[in-house]
Amino acid sequence: MQLTNRSKKIDKREMTLAERLYIPAVTKGLAITISHFFRKKPTIQYPEQKRYLGPIFRGQHILKRDEQGRERCTACGLCAVACPAEAISMVSAERKKGEEHLYREEKYAAVYEVNQLRCIFCGLCEEACPKEAIYLQHDKFLPAFTERDEVIWGKDKLVENMDNRYLREGWK
Amino acid sequence: MDSTVFIVRSIIIFVIFGITLLIATYSTYAERKVAAFLQDRLGPNRAGPFGIWQPLADAVKMFTKEEFIPAQANKWLFIAGPCFAMLTALMASAVIPFGDTVQYEGQFIAVQGIDINIGILWIFGIVSLGVYGVMIGGWASNNKFSLLGAIRAASQNISYELAMGLSIIAILMMSGSLSLRDMVNQQATPFLGVSGLNWNIFYQPVGFIIFLTCAFAECNRTPFDLPECETELVGGYHTEYSSMKLGFYLFAEYINMFVSSAVISALYFGGFNFPGQAWVASLLPAGALGHNLLTSIGVVVFFGKIFFFIFFYMWVRWTLPRFRYDQLMNLGWKTLIPLAILNIVVTGAGLLFDFKPATWLIVIFVVVLAVISAAQPRKTMRPQQSTV
Repeated sequence: MQLTNRSKKIDKREMTLAERLYIPAVTKGLAITISHFFRKKPTIQYPEQKRYLGPIFRGQHILKRDEQGRERCTACGLCAVACPAEAISMVSAERKKGEEHLYREEKYAAVYEVNQLRCIFCGLCEEACPKEAIYLQHDKFLPAFTERDEVIWGKDKLVENMDNRYLREGWK
Repeated sequence: MDSTVFIVRSIIIFVIFGITLLIATYSTYAERKVAAFLQDRLGPNRAGPFGIWQPLADAVKMFTKEEFIPAQANKWLFIAGPCFAMLTALMASAVIPFGDTVQYEGQFIAVQGIDINIGILWIFGIVSLGVYGVMIGGWASNNKFSLLGAIRAASQNISYELAMGLSIIAILMMSGSLSLRDMVNQQATPFLGVSGLNWNIFYQPVGFIIFLTCAFAECNRTPFDLPECETELVGGYHTEYSSMKLGFYLFAEYINMFVSSAVISALYFGGFNFPGQAWVASLLPAGALGHNLLTSIGVVVFFGKIFFFIFFYMWVRWTLPRFRYDQLMNLGWKTLIPLAILNIVVTGAGLLFDFKPATWLIVIFVVVLAVISAAQPRKTMRPQQSTV
């Protein structure tokens, strides 16, 4: 029985003179390689060109703001609970009067930290979030870090920039 | 020889020396680029536009690497090995006629390092000296693998030099001269009414194939790169070498490739002659200017031919796998040498009866034999390969 039909039957008969002359076979081989010479190269030149990774790639974290530019996060801590790597930690605070344009909910995250060495990019925080605040961006890799103090990302790096909003495919 | 001729000669020699080195340098780049393209990759493209500064980057890398000499190695021979390889490789390009003559103040100066009447013998002598570089380096390393690589190189070069020399004899019989310049000039005559196309390849197809095969073996190029066969011998004769001493060995290989490409194009592909050169010459102005222009076109054409063969070396490298050692020896001694002798006999007979393309008869004969053997029923089992 054969699993695939790709196996080739080996010709074990004695070689003919034409086969023993090498030259026809060599010419055939040269023709094959030169055809590859002119073929289009599939290389994607990484730092300049990037492959599209699809709409569900889980890259760098972002804390979304709403349409008025208010932070969505209410520091409920569900993401931290859901996180299997225990990478997320936060300190909550109560919204003062006059801060309504900064925070959507009455309670907000004064400190929100993701330990990027612990994070496994599973996306469970995204699923756990009831306020649609945290996302893993589909188009952005986490940059490499060389120092230990670059590892913990605070709100300064995580909160969305309103001038350059993150939009996933299918969102308005 | 008066001083102008001397100065022009020295300039020509220095230019040839420089061009040889430049081409060898960029052969390393071309090798990587061609290899990449044949394998559907892009190759080096980070150092400068299209990676053209890659050879410089390689040189910096080579120079800054640790200069290592094994403790038990013979120090002087260890250093002499790569120097010898480089020296012999560079000396061979002296007799190659890169172009016709340059007319300067009424004198005709050949575009050639030196026009000696035994040019092809000089090249053969120098090329066979080249094996000393490999042998000395392999021996002085005091390492089993280096020595094995060196021995392989020596026996391979000796075996293939025989067939190479024999294949050249057929051409010598036709040209009646050992001077490369004479041989090239003889190919300038019309062939089928096209001037400058009387190339030896049309008279010596068998000799060309033998010579080409042997040239691959002499340059230690795939499919005959057994001396540096890394799957069996680590790195072959240059296992213990590092830094620029290794660079010299690799560089010598590329210079050898350049020289053998030049010899192939001079012997079989008309050297600096190109089809329709009489017609081009009639278009150019008469006198020194026209003559020099024609010469420079010839030089460009010759380099075009050389580049094609360098490309061919690389093309073959990424097409054919390496021979087994017994297959290599069988091919050399049992096929190429008898074939070369047959080629000499047939060429001689052809000259006797004034029929120059006589060696095509060998080709026709072999093709007919191949067709007949293909038509016959084959034995079902392949005989056991000999392992000697």
